[in-house]
Amino acid sequence: MAELPILDIRGVGKIYELNGQKIEALRDANLTVRKGEFVCLIGASGCGKSTLLRIVAGFEPPTSGQALMWDKPVAGPAPDRGMVFQDYGLFPWLTVRQNIGFGPTSRGLPKAEVRETVERFVNMVGLTRFADAFPHQLSGGMKQRVAIARVLANDAEMVLMDEPFGALDAMTRERLQDELLDIWQRTKLTVLFVTHSIEEAIFLADRVVVMEPGPGRIASEHMIDLPRPRDVASPEFNVVRRDLSARLHSHHARKAA
Amino acid sequence: MSVTTSVAAAPETAPVRAGPGLWQRVRGLLLALIVPLLLLAFWHYAVKAGMTRLIPSPAEVAEYMVDFAVGGIWDDAFSATLHIHLLASMSRVYGGFALAALVAVPLGILIGRNETVRALLDPFLQLMRPIPVTAWLPLSMILFGLGPKSAFFLVFLGAFYPILLNTVFGVRSVEKRLFEAASMLGCTGSAQFARVVLPGALPSIFTGLRLGLGLAWFVIVVGEMTGVPQGLGAVIMDGRTLSRTELVICGMIVIGIAGFVSDRIVVMLMNRLLRWSPSHHG
Repeated sequence: MAELPILDIRGVGKIYELNGQKIEALRDANLTVRKGEFVCLIGASGCGKSTLLRIVAGFEPPTSGQALMWDKPVAGPAPDRGMVFQDYGLFPWLTVRQNIGFGPTSRGLPKAEVRETVERFVNMVGLTRFADAFPHQLSGGMKQRVAIARVLANDAEMVLMDEPFGALDAMTRERLQDELLDIWQRTKLTVLFVTHSIEEAIFLADRVVVMEPGPGRIASEHMIDLPRPRDVASPEFNVVRRDLSARLHSHHARKAA
Repeated sequence: MSVTTSVAAAPETAPVRAGPGLWQRVRGLLLALIVPLLLLAFWHYAVKAGMTRLIPSPAEVAEYMVDFAVGGIWDDAFSATLHIHLLASMSRVYGGFALAALVAVPLGILIGRNETVRALLDPFLQLMRPIPVTAWLPLSMILFGLGPKSAFFLVFLGAFYPILLNTVFGVRSVEKRLFEAASMLGCTGSAQFARVVLPGALPSIFTGLRLGLGLAWFVIVVGEMTGVPQGLGAVIMDGRTLSRTELVICGMIVIGIAGFVSDRIVVMLMNRLLRWSPSHHG
């Protein structure tokens, strides 16, 4: 392989200890992500997809193996890997502007630069009119836009998204998916996106990684070659969906048997 | 990078909070006045009907109050001394309270965030906490002598625990998610104290400050009951010794009003600083 991957997950495993009992959340996960790629992790609950994402984010150390970002082991959370949480994780005491400016301010950028960056990303996610609102005054979709802008404003090279649209209604969800793709294509971000929706995964991803529970592990990878913008109602889309769905269910069936 | 969005601004609207109308305010005021006015009427007629000889009527108390505040009616030892006593009590209340806040808030943040400090101090503080402030009175008189220092100490003690406990609670209830969010945005270690812990715990800290200030006014009477020449507590004790019930009632009313005004100031400050919190608007 000539090109150095932005993310290289090598034999990562995670064992939690709960009340003296060992629970294997993830076993021997191997995955490489190229710069600019959009990768979706999909699987039933308990397949370790969120655990894997949290290890990449640096929130939790792996029990075995390691995650390498540009060939350097992940040692903890850092601005190059921005996380977008399902429950937003916005600072309720800061306005939209201040939330987006949190990262640049933490890194000690000059005030003028912070202000300029914040304005750019407030506009990018279409929240100009709500720039001085507090999170509790926003709808779920708006909150998630702030969370995305906050990570982008901090120059994240890689955005980690943990079922970011899972708590939103269908309409808002579709709109945010479009907006995310739009931003991704224009900024050449790398995205690692956890979801439990097959449709969402196929709609968004260059590559879908199917994970399987008990213990959590990576089962298979699928390139999605459909041209963009993708139409979820097209026959081609349905072929991929049926294929992936069968794959997911066969894992389940095998487990139930 | 200059990126302009092709996505139109969301047509979603955020809830707009309208202030209460004039009628709402007037109605609130009227409703709030009913019970005190009824009580005042009952007091007036009870005294008039001769139910008690030891309690003066509201009108008499009002007259004493004017004399107490500006003098010119009775011109006795207490005439026109209200400001002296009020200032004496206020200096102890706010002094003791400020000192309590200055010690309890940082200590509470430390206990809330640091396992070792918690293990070191929490059991001791939990043991000391159930001891009522009034029970400290004799000991504080031995330690600090008869006089204002002792009152100051009791106020400090009374305000200390509610501020400390609420700060600890506030710090511990800051969502774990927010620490993760801060650290992935580049704010790590001790920088999180100012940018995550303090703002996150602020609602609880304010609850503690309100309780603490209320208790400070509560304790001041006990604190000033012995060996203090000036202060509202001293006035009440003197009134009792001299069988001047109107003086006792005047002292009670002034403490009530002063405590109320103090609380309003804290609430105003709180609503200003906690504008972001949906549960702190009034």
